[in-house]
Amino acid sequence: MNPRDEFEREFFEGGSWNPPDGWQFDRRDFLRFFGGGLFVGLAGASALAQESGRSFGGHELPKDLSAWLHIGADSRVKVFTGKVEIGQNIRTSLAQQVAEELRVAFDSIEMVMGDTALTPYDMGTFGSRTTPTMAPQLRKMAAAARQMLIESAATRWNADATALTAADGKVSNPKTGRSLNYGDITHGDNLVKIVSGDEALTPATEWKVAGSPVPKTQCRDFVTGRHQYPSDITRPGMLFGAVLRPDGFNAKLQSIDTSAAEKLPGVKVIRDGDFTGVVAPGQIAARQALLAIQARWEVPAQPSNQNLFEVLKSGSSNGRDERPQHVAGSVAQAMDTADIKVEEQYTVQFIAHTPLEPRAAVAEWQGDKLTVWTGTQRPFGVRDELVQAFGIPAENARVIQPDMGSGYGGKHTGEAAVEAARLAKAAGKPVKLEWTRREEFTWAYFRPAGLIEVRAGAERDGTLLAWEFHNYNSGNAGIGTPYNVANQVIQYHPVDSPLRQGSYRSLAAAANHFARESVMDSLAHGAAIDPLEFRLKNLTDPRLIAVFKAAAEKFGWGNAKSTPERGFGIAGGTEKGGFVATCAEVAIDPTTKKVRIRRVVQAWESGAVVNPDGLRNQLSGAIVQAIGGALFEQILFGDGRILNASFAQYRLPRFSDAPQIEIVLVDRKDIPPAGAGETGLVGLAPAVGNAIFAATGTRLRSMPMAPRAAAPGQPEPPFKS
Amino acid sequence: MAEFVLNVNGKRVSVDAPPDEPLLYVLRNRLGLTGTKYGCGEGQCGACTVLLDGLATRSCRILASAVRTAKIITIEGLEQNGQLSAVQQAFLDEGALQCGYCTSGMILSATSLLRNKGNPSDDEIVAAMNGNVCRCGTYPRIVAAIRRAADQMAGVHSA
Repeated sequence: MNPRDEFEREFFEGGSWNPPDGWQFDRRDFLRFFGGGLFVGLAGASALAQESGRSFGGHELPKDLSAWLHIGADSRVKVFTGKVEIGQNIRTSLAQQVAEELRVAFDSIEMVMGDTALTPYDMGTFGSRTTPTMAPQLRKMAAAARQMLIESAATRWNADATALTAADGKVSNPKTGRSLNYGDITHGDNLVKIVSGDEALTPATEWKVAGSPVPKTQCRDFVTGRHQYPSDITRPGMLFGAVLRPDGFNAKLQSIDTSAAEKLPGVKVIRDGDFTGVVAPGQIAARQALLAIQARWEVPAQPSNQNLFEVLKSGSSNGRDERPQHVAGSVAQAMDTADIKVEEQYTVQFIAHTPLEPRAAVAEWQGDKLTVWTGTQRPFGVRDELVQAFGIPAENARVIQPDMGSGYGGKHTGEAAVEAARLAKAAGKPVKLEWTRREEFTWAYFRPAGLIEVRAGAERDGTLLAWEFHNYNSGNAGIGTPYNVANQVIQYHPVDSPLRQGSYRSLAAAANHFARESVMDSLAHGAAIDPLEFRLKNLTDPRLIAVFKAAAEKFGWGNAKSTPERGFGIAGGTEKGGFVATCAEVAIDPTTKKVRIRRVVQAWESGAVVNPDGLRNQLSGAIVQAIGGALFEQILFGDGRILNASFAQYRLPRFSDAPQIEIVLVDRKDIPPAGAGETGLVGLAPAVGNAIFAATGTRLRSMPMAPRAAAPGQPEPPFKS
Repeated sequence: MAEFVLNVNGKRVSVDAPPDEPLLYVLRNRLGLTGTKYGCGEGQCGACTVLLDGLATRSCRILASAVRTAKIITIEGLEQNGQLSAVQQAFLDEGALQCGYCTSGMILSATSLLRNKGNPSDDEIVAAMNGNVCRCGTYPRIVAAIRRAADQMAGVHSA
């Protein structure tokens, strides 16, 4: 798939959004940083201008080595990538893979990430793409650099390059015993070479640095508070900003009086069309100035939780493609002959990403040049937003993304960056803008809500016959079924959403797996077949079968029978190259009806494991995060307002919600690694729902399944959490 | 504005701030101690946790001018002569973080817990830490890190 298409699907599936203009790539001179160059082979600097790399929707991946990798005279290696570190540990796992191919120590590598002035263009860090696309890109560059270093040493020694070896940051000649550090070969000069892309990569079976549990790089800075997150950046003479927010979505300003705010010491009020903001010498002073502004807004009537699913079912597709993704055979005919029939409706509410660090940005103008430090998963996307907002050339806008307080798909946009830059421009000084928690809850975007309708049939012996699956609004990720069914209709119905929505870790795969794996459970119970056996009977994908068996074995599936107070459930699936199977044990208090997830065993396979410790951390975290959406997280809204925009009102997974978690890694060294940040979420909700059904006979078809109180319009949940 | 003196990380520092400014903002914006984080401003997430006379306290919910007599310890004050505290070292050893934004608050809450209870059970750890949120979901590793720190501290005391 074209990465641009993928981005639109990723971010805007189900949503409405217009891309900013000016997506043309400014071809940048990657040789400008380090002066001269070490030329090897035929490709000279003049060739760079004509070379074009893989096209990324108008942007090009540079093929010149110096854009990606630099080896200093001290042999330290700098690696440049537009990907960003947001807690998923790719700063470490990418460095491992470069170290492997370059044959250097892990510690000699510094990853320069997410800085639009220093790194090649990158669409953004999303869709579990870093490991399957950026890692091979960097590995190829490292392999090419290694070969270059060998050839350069061969020239210097007048030796046969094929007789030389590269290891531990040195090129050696086993015959003469001579060796040269990489830095003594490059002297810090650029590695000038066009990389063809067909460099042989070290197979995972031979990995020494990659594949091992290297601890998170620079971890000490995080336990000492030394690491500077976007919200920690300060600049000389910096002011603090705050932005006036409307009373609701789609509000119209009726009147505004800023005179009281303007009288406050050091405060400047900035108005620009609909935008009103303030700057002040202190963060609290800026907030107090906002409170001194009298503004009246007219907020139109808008949908609420009460009629959410009717709105989604009847919503306008607004010209979006809503043809079925997949049609095979005849579902109607197959349903007629099916022994076991299920027809069910599932719903998921909007939820919020709530990264612990809300959006933040520091903006600084020097003449018409703008630098913004901000937390985003798309530094180049935010740069383009700034270019558009201020009408400046792309080379005048620089976005720097310090490793941030996470995102989970929720920080693809540059609202805070644009706002801070607006304030800084008007103030004539650097400005820091930190969104409050309430702003992050209200003015960011949400994981889409969705309505899913499923009709399915099976034979008495458990053979699946028919599968019809309609998803309204929540998205098409993971919408297909991995099970063998001859008769299928799979259809995603994009509609106008009542709230601003976008990417969320695993996208709609969590909702679609919840519905699919719950219906599979219903069919299994209908056929009186064990739910694991029922799945295996209808599967041929060996990788999915392998994780189901691995999870079941570790869990002890079938060793104990569910009782009214203790239930066992299983679910699984595959998406984005990851294969997951999840077993859950839940405890249910018969009097309070309180549900607690006691134990989760999750088996995972995504090809060769790059860092088993980081991978376990990701998967365990995905399970904990998934508990929120499965059991209690939901956005309450109505008439353009978010009604639970605080941590006191919006329940998050806490220590007491975390079950005993066991991760089983299936390491397939024969398969290139896929990303693992997202798909680990999708098994938890259906496994828990199926466990509750096994214990109580009650099928829960709405996420969240056990909130403190029902959202308006929803029936009172039979269980609490 | 009011001028007052705070005792932060063993040093007396002079602060010029509005009397109604929460400690969090004084630490971050006036003293440059950015290891203390804003997460919610409601005292619900624990990212802003500091020690006041050894007790874990939410710095977003307390006025700086009201803690003039207290000994304030932030994450920057735990490392002594280049040596991490037992809790910091345990978080490092267990890899008990992902994005790390909650880590300062987690470490200070855990430090407070272990000062008051030498050998807490896992249930006691969960109860004491439940006001601290990790959105990346590293809770099991954090519990393991606190256990490790407790064991290490017990070993040091008995040795």
